[in-house]
Amino acid sequence: MSPLLTVLPAAAGALTESGQTSTAEAVLFWTLGPLMVLAALGLLFARKAVHAALAVIFIMISLAFMYVAQGAEFLGVVQVVVYTGAVMMLFLFVLMLVGVDRSDSLVETIRGQRWLGALAGLGLAVVLAGVVGRATYGPPTGLADANLPSNPQAVAYLIFGQHVLAMEVVGALLVTAALGALVLTHRGRLTPKVGQRELAERRLRTGGHPVSLPAPGVYARHNAMDVPALGPDGTPLESSVPRVLRVRGQEADARAYAARIDRVLAGGWAVGAGTFTSDESYRGGPDGPVEGAVTIREPQAPAEDATPEEDGR
Amino acid sequence: MSLTHYLVLAAILFAIGATTVLLRRNAIIVFMGVELMLNSTNLLLVTFSRMHGNLSGQVLAFFVMVVAAAEVVVGLAIIVSIFRTRRSASVDDVNLLKS
Repeated sequence: MSPLLTVLPAAAGALTESGQTSTAEAVLFWTLGPLMVLAALGLLFARKAVHAALAVIFIMISLAFMYVAQGAEFLGVVQVVVYTGAVMMLFLFVLMLVGVDRSDSLVETIRGQRWLGALAGLGLAVVLAGVVGRATYGPPTGLADANLPSNPQAVAYLIFGQHVLAMEVVGALLVTAALGALVLTHRGRLTPKVGQRELAERRLRTGGHPVSLPAPGVYARHNAMDVPALGPDGTPLESSVPRVLRVRGQEADARAYAARIDRVLAGGWAVGAGTFTSDESYRGGPDGPVEGAVTIREPQAPAEDATPEEDGR
Repeated sequence: MSLTHYLVLAAILFAIGATTVLLRRNAIIVFMGVELMLNSTNLLLVTFSRMHGNLSGQVLAFFVMVVAAAEVVVGLAIIVSIFRTRRSASVDDVNLLKS
């Protein structure tokens, strides 16, 4: 066992003869305590719910530190796992569902509620702190004897011995809570389920495209979603470009790419093996497109001869 | 430093949590105020457990944690279902029982 593990249970929660804590614990308390109060005030005054959730997470982690410092190592770990790891993450999930940017309404439904609430909270703080702080307690015992052989083991003896019935009841409570959450968030289906078969039948009934749409164009110089494919007769197929790009007007012109291919086929683009000339070096044929080049046709005019789309590329 | 400081800190946190419940309108923040109150009670229990040299306080704090977890699950489910039907997470909008 490492020295830390053997030292820690004796050091954590140890008290001096006069019932005072160790200096290290005092430093921890006076560091974390004011920060915790500040974070709690952050929960009270934060405009955004996410900031409030972060403040509460800070408070809970600090509380875990304090538990460990007070000799409750088991509770410290459970605090981190259950509260910070599960409960607050659940809060963040629900914030994500409900909408992060929703802030409080500033309309008072009960008149003067804000001042009354602040006054009540202040009064509660004064009364609680006054009573708890000014009461006389007996000399503190410390957990040195109770934590034998170690804190988790001693707590386990109590939970599974003296309080085993409560443990079972709490298990039933957890199962009930999980079921309750399932039932509460269950949403009945209002419309019949639309599956793959129904979708296909509906598409055929409305006279749509029976099979999947053609893929976008693949050219020697360009292979992207925005270039329409060419049909067997050389017409650009509008439906091959994704609908979103068409709606946005980001569809590329097939002619621009076909013109470049013509240049390549005319021998103007690629000169030697692996070397390329610039666009300016291309002079082109005097008689327009050379033999075997891609010809883009207008969609309205169906062509008689099939354009040799595959040869040469 | 005596152990009373922990108790005063727990009392302050509890009061701030209660004030949050009283003042805030967002149901989720109100819920976090409830969580803060439960946590401060746990700190109180742990401190008293150390004062008396008796682990029953820690066992009770453990059960408080478990019950709080169950409470959070059900409460957040209620908030989500209310938000689905009314499109609002404000506690002021849930006034169907008002005449």
